[in-house]
Amino acid sequence: MRMPSLALVLVAGIALAGAPDSARTDMAPNAPAPAIPAAFQPPAKEAIPPGPYGDMVKLGRDVFRETGKYARPFVGNELRCSNCHLDAGRLANSSPMWAAWVAFPAYRAKNHHVNTFQERLQGCFRFSMNGTAPPLGDKVLVALETYSAWLAQGAPVSANLPGRGYPRLKSPPLQPDYARGRIVYQQHCALCHGPDGAGQSAGGQVVFPPLWGANSYNWGAGMEGVNTAAAFIRANMPLGLGGTLSDQDAWDVALFVDSHERPQDPRFTGNVGDTRQLYHNSRWSMYGQIVAGHVLGSGSMPMGDTGQQK
Amino acid sequence: MSRIRDRGSDNIRGSSPLVRRAFAGLLMAGASGISPALADSTGAAIAVHGTARGVLPCIACHGARGEGNAANGFPRLAGLPAPYLRAQMSAFADGQRENPAMAPIARLLSADEAQAVSLYFAGLRAPELPNSAPVAAGPGGLLALDGRWSDRLPACVACHGPGGIGVGTSFPPLAGQPALYLESQLEAWQQGKRPPGPLGLMQVVARRLSPSDIAAVSRWFAAQPAGDGR
Repeated sequence: MRMPSLALVLVAGIALAGAPDSARTDMAPNAPAPAIPAAFQPPAKEAIPPGPYGDMVKLGRDVFRETGKYARPFVGNELRCSNCHLDAGRLANSSPMWAAWVAFPAYRAKNHHVNTFQERLQGCFRFSMNGTAPPLGDKVLVALETYSAWLAQGAPVSANLPGRGYPRLKSPPLQPDYARGRIVYQQHCALCHGPDGAGQSAGGQVVFPPLWGANSYNWGAGMEGVNTAAAFIRANMPLGLGGTLSDQDAWDVALFVDSHERPQDPRFTGNVGDTRQLYHNSRWSMYGQIVAGHVLGSGSMPMGDTGQQK
Repeated sequence: MSRIRDRGSDNIRGSSPLVRRAFAGLLMAGASGISPALADSTGAAIAVHGTARGVLPCIACHGARGEGNAANGFPRLAGLPAPYLRAQMSAFADGQRENPAMAPIARLLSADEAQAVSLYFAGLRAPELPNSAPVAAGPGGLLALDGRWSDRLPACVACHGPGGIGVGTSFPPLAGQPALYLESQLEAWQQGKRPPGPLGLMQVVARRLSPSDIAAVSRWFAAQPAGDGR
């Protein structure tokens, strides 16, 4: 497929930024009000400066949007960073990178120590991308860090910038339920992600990401937490219709999605029960739980075949 | 009413110059290259000859190979998903998709005929663009490739595939569709003259677009090579 050159896109951005906003209308009577407190605004897309610094920002943006192409040795599935961080990491309440950047270094209960930002990015590759952590200082990590720092220009250093992460949901009114979740999935998700959660491709590119199975995030990813998935879904899904599902629907469908097999947790001890005790001891992890007679995690695919291993 | 709808109704109701031109094109198409094997099938026969009940040949307006007609804004049909085409025929017939040219045609087709002709056009290869001039990105390209999340607009290609080549059976190709056609459809969604589509997505998206957005993004997709999303 032919894509316009980056330079053209950037020029276009300048043209658009100069257009009057008054012509834009939103006539949708039922459109949800954006559930966004006044959030930090990252720099305009076209404001990346020329020179070596700007080149690294652009590389980071490209890694972010086309991870399998620009960070191939470290990716073991069909996802991209921008699948879970919408608008290439710019969008508030979609785990924007500007809010993450100003929150690190930070202590993480996940690994019981203070993590630098690059360490945090390593975790994304190991778990969410079901791949291999790039070494600290690798160009892929430098690029992603530079892109994130550029997005955060002018933001206060803070662990809790409004818009960070996904807006936490209250406990569900009803205990999340697989059968209800399946109905929500069929009605609101299967159109894009497919009835089997495998996503859809066109022209050799993944368009709708796989939500479970061998090509999705592994059991160690943050998104395997039903609470995290529910919060992401409630704020951002279906794409373009974020905020339209009820809290209960979001909880139910998150539980449904996270009750399917996916690649094994790379910290797997050899025993699902032990691994659950060590890494998934939460009411919101389905790992090790029995769904439809099957112990989740026991039929997991091995870790993804990354470009590095090929 | 848009220009396209006006033209469409002229085309059907009268013996306008457009109709005469269309049939001249039809005769030429018949002389050049529809394979006999395809013409044997019901769908191909309807596409090329119309029906005895008065359905006009599809190719009179949509082109000998279903490539569409950019000047008049008649859409490309070649290579579009059959279930999508079939659904449009139903929507034309019951008036949910308002189109004075297509409504009488859709009503004159039996369910089997509508299915056959949908399968026929779905099976045709997407046409090559006659002009392969490079596409200027501009604001249309930005909307298509990035969306505009400040207005909660996702990128068009996030659902319609890279370059708008289409994804699966529910997200039809936009690439290579006439700009006039794409514009008229976005306007139809804004005005409730076309069913809002799966999850109501297209009505929501269209209503977040300004007239200049619609013009720009339609031109951008019209200039994309159609390719083959399947």
